[in-house]
Amino acid sequence: MKLLLKNGHLIDPARGIDGRRDLLVVDGLISRVEETILSAEAKVIDLAGLMVAPGFIDMHVHLREPGREDAETIESGMKAASAGGFTSIACMPNTDPPNDNQSITEYIVREARRHQGVNVFPIGCISRNRAGKEMAEIGQMVRGGIVGVSDDGSPVDSAALMYQVLEYTRMFGIPVIDHCEDRDLAGEGVVNEGFLSTRLGLRGMPSCAEEIQVQRDAALARYAQGRIHIAHISTQRGLDVVRAARGEGTAITCEVTPHHFSLTEAAVEGFDPNAKMKPPLRSEADREAVLAALKDGTIDAIATDHAPHNIIEKEVEFDQAAFGVTGLETAVSLALDRLVKPRVIDMTRLVSLFSVNPARILNLGKGRLAPGDDADITVLDLKRETEIRADRFLSRSRNSPFLGWKLQGAAVMTLVGGRILNDTR
Amino acid sequence: MEATQESQNRWKHKDLLGIEPLEAAEIRMILEAAKSFAEISRRPIKKVPILRGRTIINLFYEPSTRTRSSFEIAEKRLSADTLNFSSSGSAMSKGETLLDTARNLEAMSPDMIVVRHRSPGTAKFLADRLRPAVINAGDGAHEHPTQALLDAFTILQKKDRIENLRIVIVGDILNSRVVRSNLFLLNKLGAKVTLVGPPTMMPKEVERLGARVSWNLDEALEGCDVIMMLRIQKERQSAAGFPSHREYFRLFGLTQERVRRAQEDVIIMHPGPMNRGVEIATEVADGPLSVILEQVTNGIAVRMAILYLLAGGSASEITT
Repeated sequence: MKLLLKNGHLIDPARGIDGRRDLLVVDGLISRVEETILSAEAKVIDLAGLMVAPGFIDMHVHLREPGREDAETIESGMKAASAGGFTSIACMPNTDPPNDNQSITEYIVREARRHQGVNVFPIGCISRNRAGKEMAEIGQMVRGGIVGVSDDGSPVDSAALMYQVLEYTRMFGIPVIDHCEDRDLAGEGVVNEGFLSTRLGLRGMPSCAEEIQVQRDAALARYAQGRIHIAHISTQRGLDVVRAARGEGTAITCEVTPHHFSLTEAAVEGFDPNAKMKPPLRSEADREAVLAALKDGTIDAIATDHAPHNIIEKEVEFDQAAFGVTGLETAVSLALDRLVKPRVIDMTRLVSLFSVNPARILNLGKGRLAPGDDADITVLDLKRETEIRADRFLSRSRNSPFLGWKLQGAAVMTLVGGRILNDTR
Repeated sequence: MEATQESQNRWKHKDLLGIEPLEAAEIRMILEAAKSFAEISRRPIKKVPILRGRTIINLFYEPSTRTRSSFEIAEKRLSADTLNFSSSGSAMSKGETLLDTARNLEAMSPDMIVVRHRSPGTAKFLADRLRPAVINAGDGAHEHPTQALLDAFTILQKKDRIENLRIVIVGDILNSRVVRSNLFLLNKLGAKVTLVGPPTMMPKEVERLGARVSWNLDEALEGCDVIMMLRIQKERQSAAGFPSHREYFRLFGLTQERVRRAQEDVIIMHPGPMNRGVEIATEVADGPLSVILEQVTNGIAVRMAILYLLAGGSASEITT
């Protein structure tokens, strides 16, 4: 089976390519990448005017299976991912039961294979039952296929446990991913603490609740010589800590969500439950710090924190509503419209954030299109006008703060292992 | 020309969700209308047929004696049919969602729903989804517009003006919906407000709502015209932001001695319920400068005015 992708503009930062290239795909792998390839037997796909990139990877997704299949299944999440331009996703372990043992890991891997779509890489729990007390069987889960560990959604309160897991995971070469929030300090907050929480009378979470935990994790990673990845970083001072720690040689990486670079706490106005998530939408100064960090490389990856919720958990009183928003089907367009179009970052940086860096952090052996590599490819149309509409979502949930937004730029084709999963050129 | 004038005398909104979205003229219209209704409560027969045939539901998710009774009396004096739903012994305690409860009530065709809930934004949540007019009777720490309006009515009764009055509000500013509604209202009508309390009870950047902030009650009271004391939530002491009631009273309790720092004709207000000896000394609460019970009386007139205007009544032709 041969496929010839012709006339596209290839962006492959790992190989320093930024120009027109043809790609020949044979049996699911990249065979040749050249300025002009002619092949009589290959099926030709014309990508003139479009951008071609190594497949995008969302390293922070919540599939709700097992446990909450009403909000998302492995299958529906995979379909949403490919529609949104992703070829691989890493799924967080806060399912019910949680992915804290090899059998759940294997269940997820098996289900994902059965549905034949994007690659699904499970992330295992740090602690047994996500309770934050004792380590889960991380080694067993690595055998099952996990690519990292996290108690995401439940920050690791115990510094002793975090220290232990940062040391223990060194022998597997996988990162520890932490949702950084000092829970004592964040308390029962539902929005960022500041003028908005004051005006609306909502309980606030101080931004230093993130900063403190990032600082702690950085200190522990340095001391333990482990690898820490900060999930969904959202504050100026949290980013300052990452920048400083990396300057000292600590193995620290971080990701940001599209909602934290597109929105501020002002979106909570009118008590919209779709503007409620953790970490909360922050101030404009924090958002500007996020943009600067996307630009200067402090932020390694864009990850959605895709958190589908059934409408009955969102269509309630604001402070009772579930935390979290969906993101798989809006992330790429938001990044193109809010980051590339206004020239905050260029296309090479965008591809690094969506593909090269997440692949490196999770050791996926992806994020590059050289001969012999998997033919996981994302095709982008920078001119495509899109409107975010709930009725077009393939996710089972609709809890997006971007409904009705009109954006320029979209992923129009997704190939995984040389197979076309999605084509809306 | 006349048509324009007439429209200025009518309520433009479907609901009353808070003071923040209102214009000063709309606030004045309510306060003006309330004067006409105050008189009814002084009659031997305290009932007029203005809302005859209308149905009003009082949906109270939080315990409330004062506000709920005040609304109920206001509704009855206007001859409306009223229904009380409170959080115990109904569907609300059986796990039904707020929206389902509200839609079921809506299906009974009420004209208005008065709602009290502990979550900020709940009145708006219902107003956006239901046909009947919604009146916010307190949503968490967000707004309590009818309280601010009855406070303003009481101040006007005693002072004839609000503009340029120096008003000191003391206590748990962080958790108070009364403060937020009062701040919006008093600023729109030109008063100068000082908020007093420990830093732990001051929400972030509250100055931006238009207030001076002080941690020193004695200094803040100097020459002020109105003192508004807030309730300290005794049941929440652990997270309250002060170590003991004794220390709180020492720093922020209103005593006779402290009252002397204010203008001679200062008035002392409290939205209730009071904690005597915690935020206010008994002799001050019961003293000649206290207007606390007048606030309660005025609450009925103000709520009658609001119900009347929301039902479509004109402020220029109230015939009671």
